[in-house]
Amino acid sequence: MGDGIYVKGLRAWFGDTLVLKGVDLTVAPNAVTAIIGPSGCGKSTFIRCLNRMHETVPGARVAGQVLLNSEDLYAPGVDPVQVRRRIGMVFQKPNPFPTMSVFDNVAAGLRLGGIRRKARLQEEVERALRHAALWDEVKDDLDKSGVSLSGGQQQRLCIARALAVDPQILLMDEPCSALDPIATARIEELIHDLKKELTIAIVTHNMQQAARVSEWTGFFLLGELVEFGVTKEMFTTPHDRRTEDYITGRFG
Amino acid sequence: MSPAVRRLINTVVSALTLLAAALVICPLLLIFGFLLYRGLSALNVDFFLHLPKPVGEPGGGVANAIVGSLIMIGMATAVALPVGILGGAYLAESRDRRLPWILRFVADVMNGVPSIVFGIFAYTVAVIPMRRFSAFAGALALGLIMIPIVLRTTEEMVRLVPNSLREAGLGLGIPQWKVNLRIVIPAARAGIITGAMVSLARIAGETAPLLFTALGNRFWHQGLDQPIAALPLQIYAYAIAPYDDWHRQAWAGALVLITLVFLASLAARVATRGRTIAR
Amino acid sequence: MSAGAATGSGTVDRVSLRPRAIAGTHRGLGDRVYRAVMLASVGLVLLAAAGLVAALVWESREALRAFGPRFLLSSQWDPVAGEFGALPFVYGTLLSSLLALVIAVPLSLGAAIFLAELAPAWIRPPVAFLIEMLAAVPSVVYGLWGIFVLVPWLRDWVQPALGRTLGFLPLFQGPPYGIGMLAAGVILAIMIVPYITSVSREVLLAVPGSQREAALGLGATRWEATRIAVLRYGRSGLIGAVLLGLGRALGETMAVTMVIGNRPEIAISLFAPGYTMASVLANEFTEATSDLYVSALVEIGLLLLLVTVLVNGLARLLVWSVGGPTRGARE
Repeated sequence: MGDGIYVKGLRAWFGDTLVLKGVDLTVAPNAVTAIIGPSGCGKSTFIRCLNRMHETVPGARVAGQVLLNSEDLYAPGVDPVQVRRRIGMVFQKPNPFPTMSVFDNVAAGLRLGGIRRKARLQEEVERALRHAALWDEVKDDLDKSGVSLSGGQQQRLCIARALAVDPQILLMDEPCSALDPIATARIEELIHDLKKELTIAIVTHNMQQAARVSEWTGFFLLGELVEFGVTKEMFTTPHDRRTEDYITGRFG
Repeated sequence: MSPAVRRLINTVVSALTLLAAALVICPLLLIFGFLLYRGLSALNVDFFLHLPKPVGEPGGGVANAIVGSLIMIGMATAVALPVGILGGAYLAESRDRRLPWILRFVADVMNGVPSIVFGIFAYTVAVIPMRRFSAFAGALALGLIMIPIVLRTTEEMVRLVPNSLREAGLGLGIPQWKVNLRIVIPAARAGIITGAMVSLARIAGETAPLLFTALGNRFWHQGLDQPIAALPLQIYAYAIAPYDDWHRQAWAGALVLITLVFLASLAARVATRGRTIAR
Repeated sequence: MSAGAATGSGTVDRVSLRPRAIAGTHRGLGDRVYRAVMLASVGLVLLAAAGLVAALVWESREALRAFGPRFLLSSQWDPVAGEFGALPFVYGTLLSSLLALVIAVPLSLGAAIFLAELAPAWIRPPVAFLIEMLAAVPSVVYGLWGIFVLVPWLRDWVQPALGRTLGFLPLFQGPPYGIGMLAAGVILAIMIVPYITSVSREVLLAVPGSQREAALGLGATRWEATRIAVLRYGRSGLIGAVLLGLGRALGETMAVTMVIGNRPEIAISLFAPGYTMASVLANEFTEATSDLYVSALVEIGLLLLLVTVLVNGLARLLVWSVGGPTRGARE
């Protein structure tokens, strides 16, 4: 019943440099798929191709197919704005809008979509904040600025903002790398809850995190998907030598 | 709002901003076009080498105005350049908290003061005590206009010098002042020079501060403590006069000025291309 | 100090390379002289700025004593009778600058958004260069173009058309001279547009990219992302840019003098001639016969100085609040 993403032959360029060299991968419905690999392996680029964010960089190009269930997101005539509406994203460094209150931050996506009635907005904002496990902490301070929260809270605010527009998929690009361990743990807990209703893909440079939260894992190296499989299996019995080297810390 | 409407709004707004940008650069093309059209015909050797003819007689040139401008610019630059460069280097290098902030603020505010006010200052400080209009007073006004410009551009250029260069010098045991003077500032040389050129082009075009300091002169100046001609002053005088021939010369003079400004701006762009210092 | 001496002839040279003593070399003479010379330059600049204000206050003391606050409220400018009221000039300065802002702000902000957000990469450097050049064109050249191109155009086309369509408004009544407040407003607008555009563009470029990405990630169109993330974030800096333009317009002298008509009267219509503070200084300074006359003019200069310092100071603070104090060095 959930939504999945099916990637076929995905290639991506920055100008003339080929950074993703043909990737085939499935982001399984109602599960968490982790993308791991050393710096510069293309994992951030990969995930940004899934919601057509990669092409917002001048000179960047994409080829191949990315199917959301059965629709090709890169088919001609597809509006990237609509793609990003249905596939949400949380970024590495929390980036709430500083000139907006907590409420307005969460409501931002809703307002863009044309929802204006106060009552409806309040309903949806509360729903999203509860979903992101932030409601109890901010319900009396909804008018405070988005940046007045702690780092972990800001990231959960960004998650609430992304969830408010009810996306089918949630992409997370190293969402905890700027956070302390306690905030990280709370977000990992959140991911566990979210995946019951949502399909999640998460990029992480922290292998233990991948092992903790994900059902599936893909290992990228130098723009290629080296290995993909069930998380438990990949971390105990990797098939590819390179995967094993990375996991055992021989490079990284 | 449906996605189609939002897409439409996006397109319309993008088109409007493009239109705005086009309208913004329009005047430059119009002005330059008119200067070429009206002024080119009056640009001849006479224009550059002869003095103005008496009222009503056609012909003559603006040689004295060109020389006068050069003299005052030279005098202004001689003082403004060292002061501005040293001040700018100070701003870029100093690790104090208050004084640099004050200096930067004062310089920026000075940059926004109308140039005619500097003319008034030079009037009270030079013209009144000396009891006459002079090249010296004009140069004083121009120098004051120049200082804050040179100061800020020097600061910007020196800031661009990578820290690794400073650290390399200090690491060799060279004293701080030598590192600044002999390594850092020369590394920023290209940028500083073009900043100086840009400020020079700016004061070359200033008219208002000269109106009651240098005053203008239809003949060669008799000394630096006497009234002296300047190109923008001459352009102004010719523009508001009723003679067609003078109007043509005004266009020609304006063409000369704007060419100077164009060359200086171009040089500044080229020298700071990519915002890195070539070393 | 004597460490190397014992190990052979070659080490004597090496020892002499080292400084004589480590202790007490914290600030050498060279450093102190350099610092002194620098501070002298800094002091000179600050002294000049202070001297500017002081000289103006000093020279305007006669007029200050004679007229007091009446100076700003009276519209009687009569050098022969020794009566000096600066209201017409203040009015003219404010009206022409306001008109310039009304015309310039939408154009400048639009162009800045175009350059910073929406334009393709190859178009940005040439357009930015052209705008920089516009900012560098001397005032007298704008004035020249104003007299011979803009004024006839206004007189023959624009003003009659405005009179026909909007003539019921007192703003657009009166004979179409061409010369007048409208011409001054238009030419000021043309002159301040490059300033507002380039500072606004820098403000917009200073907004962190992650803000735009956040909005795009929510499914915003490019314009929507610009609107909710970039423009809101850079709001105070943009206001500062507009104020900078205002500051420039207030003090602009030559171009305005050449097209405004130079008549010290207060009129509602934009077609009427006017007079600004800077223009009266340009026109009458050399003709001031009495000390009181000169003093009154200097007082106008002082007023102009104070107003522009205030506006520019505020503008700088606003612009710095977005990008930091080292931005905007090149205006």
